[in-house]
Amino acid sequence: MVLVFIDQQDGHIKKSSFEAASYAAEVAKLLGTTAEGILLGNVGNDLTTLGNYGITKVHTVSDAALNNFDAQVFAKIIAQAAENADVVVFSNNTTGKAIAPRLSVRLKAGLVSGAAALPDLSNGFTVKKTVFSGKAFANITVTTAKKIIALNPNSFSVIITGGIAEVLPFAATIDAAKVQVVSTDLVKGDVPLGEADIVVSGGRGLKGPENWGMITDLAHLLGAATACSRPVADIHWRPHHEHVGQTGLAIAPNLYIAVGISGAIQHLAGVNRSKVIVVINKDPEAPFFKAADYGIVGDAFEVMPKIIEAVRKIKAS
Amino acid sequence: MKILVCISKTPDTTSKIAFTDNNTKFATDGVQFIINPYDEWYALVRALELKEADPSTVLHLVNVGGAESEPIIRKALALGGDESIRVNTDTADSFNIASQIAAVAKDGGYDLIFTGKETIDYNGSSIGGMVSEILDMPYISHAIKFDIDGTTATVVREIDGGEETDRASLPLVVSCQKGMAEQRIPNMKGIMGARTKPLKVVEPISVESYTSIASFDLPPAKSGVKLVSADNPEELVRLLHEEAKAF
Repeated sequence: MVLVFIDQQDGHIKKSSFEAASYAAEVAKLLGTTAEGILLGNVGNDLTTLGNYGITKVHTVSDAALNNFDAQVFAKIIAQAAENADVVVFSNNTTGKAIAPRLSVRLKAGLVSGAAALPDLSNGFTVKKTVFSGKAFANITVTTAKKIIALNPNSFSVIITGGIAEVLPFAATIDAAKVQVVSTDLVKGDVPLGEADIVVSGGRGLKGPENWGMITDLAHLLGAATACSRPVADIHWRPHHEHVGQTGLAIAPNLYIAVGISGAIQHLAGVNRSKVIVVINKDPEAPFFKAADYGIVGDAFEVMPKIIEAVRKIKAS
Repeated sequence: MKILVCISKTPDTTSKIAFTDNNTKFATDGVQFIINPYDEWYALVRALELKEADPSTVLHLVNVGGAESEPIIRKALALGGDESIRVNTDTADSFNIASQIAAVAKDGGYDLIFTGKETIDYNGSSIGGMVSEILDMPYISHAIKFDIDGTTATVVREIDGGEETDRASLPLVVSCQKGMAEQRIPNMKGIMGARTKPLKVVEPISVESYTSIASFDLPPAKSGVKLVSADNPEELVRLLHEEAKAF
């Protein structure tokens, strides 16, 4: 059996969990077995619809204590549900990164975090993962009986299989939490950067925080998240959590639009897994153009209003 | 309070990434190695600040690596810290590395263990979580703020789409990232002082590895940028919509 951790926040299943569910179903197909889910806490979603992603059963532990996230408590419950699992799948998001390493020790199961493709079973069990902040891949062979894979968000497309999952309460031993969550502060209304399909990003070329309207306007029209380069975060034009790059967040959206960012190697490391990269920069020598799919050599202050208007027309039609 | 900071050796952020030996080894020719930025800028500097606030704090560094790690350990000691322990083994398997660190930590009786949120080479984000599980300690990952009052830590951590404030009692394992502290540069006094600080070497414990690296690949090169005239940005939007189907 392949077990996938269905991660939720604020009572909603995260988008990255649907990707992980589809991935788990495909791994199960390769191994000739079924994929099942484990969900901790309570969600508003109809869990039978996880069948759409190829999940046959969803095990739920809906104890109110699990609204408090403690990686130690969560790992111990998942270990109980994974007793008969060959492979456990996580999304490699902040929750997955907190739990999966603990589970790896508990289950004596080798962990591949940051997986970018399905396992290759032709010679053992080998999984491709991103390394060097997206500048390369490593093929990792897992030699333990049980395996854990943490899948990079936005790197595996969901596959709608149709089907209805059976929802089963799971009787787990739940330890008292040693980590108490005091408060949670979610950025409301915005698309989380790590999960966004489209990201609009600005750099020092925008000359100051007062000019960010063109970034946020375009992002709003496209349903996109906003991001920035490291210098922009360092001089406090934008909040640190928007910083993408080697020492910030590494992202892999379908579309990454970089405005006024020259494309230093450290910035590219955080965004080069994006499917389509668009660069708008007035310097034709900006290194970013070498990594881009589409580009305009021009002044953002002249180009961006026209782009925003053209997108608005398409969205309205 | 006793703090252990885990430091790892990584290639400099500007390094050219290439592989040798039939794509099974990272090509180190001409590569400069540094302390993993998350370990140095955030874990180590925040630990130094805690020691400055309470000078009775004992601060040790641990590195799992061969003798070639010594320059980065010396640099870390030049920033601060009382002594370092290097576990003399060269493994890339997270479980093996975490087991070595946990063995050092168990002997030392540390109240607080800091790691970076990940290394910039293997991007595993695994060591903190594994060490905490081996030692049966609580773990808070992706910390952007850390404060301590007596034996109670208040930690702000990054979560998907926001932040969360947690409280936990020591002992505790924390993985650190941007926000925890500001990068420092070692001063001459620190550099001179580091020369005489103890740099202990211990042999590894015998432990199995769970994974191995079969090979590396480089991503396929981009086919080249399609440039659109600045006089006609509408064409870029059309291409993104109709050709790339990107929105």
